[in-house]
Amino acid sequence: MERKTKVHAEEGTQDILITREFDLPVELLFKAYTEPGIVAQWMGTKVLKLESKKHGAYEFETTDPQGNVLFRAHGTIHDIIPDQNIIRTFEMANAGFDVQTEFIRFEALTDDTSKLTIQSVFRSVACRDAQLKLPFAWGINMAHDRLQQITNALK
Amino acid sequence: MDLRRDIFQAIADPTRRAIITLLVAHAMTPGAIAANFDSTRQTISRHIQILAECELLTQQQNGREIYYHLNPQKMKIIADFIEPFRSMWDERFNKLETIMRQYKTKK
Repeated sequence: MERKTKVHAEEGTQDILITREFDLPVELLFKAYTEPGIVAQWMGTKVLKLESKKHGAYEFETTDPQGNVLFRAHGTIHDIIPDQNIIRTFEMANAGFDVQTEFIRFEALTDDTSKLTIQSVFRSVACRDAQLKLPFAWGINMAHDRLQQITNALK
Repeated sequence: MDLRRDIFQAIADPTRRAIITLLVAHAMTPGAIAANFDSTRQTISRHIQILAECELLTQQQNGREIYYHLNPQKMKIIADFIEPFRSMWDERFNKLETIMRQYKTKK
């Protein structure tokens, strides 16, 4: 069984395809996306709002120990079919990226295994690329901050 | 460490991507690079300068001529840039799986 998360982002297209298979029944995989307390745990963010219903809204927020907001995102659920589909928008606040549409598909493979497929569609190729390189940019910033800390300590 | 320039910003420009493509084959002088474009030599020089500042290109003096090469290390960073995104989701999904398996046994 292919356990690894796969990311497909073909050059010049404006979507990202993420696939992953889980050792979980599809009901539990779906629950992990719809129960606020569970989403908060694996996404590592506070869930301010999550209305898992058609036309429902959601809002996530991550703060550092001092209470500064590091990340805030929100969106609207366009459609939701239990154990099958969630179609929703996603937008990060103050990131300079446009809203994206996420087509999240839940599939049972066997009674105990399931597959998740997320297709995120962006407004442009540039927006897609910016989103993809975000963790990379954070990595650089983190390395830079560490370097700064080390050099500050030397002073 | 100079982080003033972002290599992704550098390659966001189609002319600069075209310059990189040209240099994949072999090192070239600024004049030879500019000959492939309709833009002025000055415009192409500016693009080359940006790529060089990002260390995507390295210079080599050969007699009176300067040749530009691709820097393979920096090019590798671009090739691998999807990996941090993938591993971020992989970690989240591993967590999701662990949480839900505990959830299952608790029930």
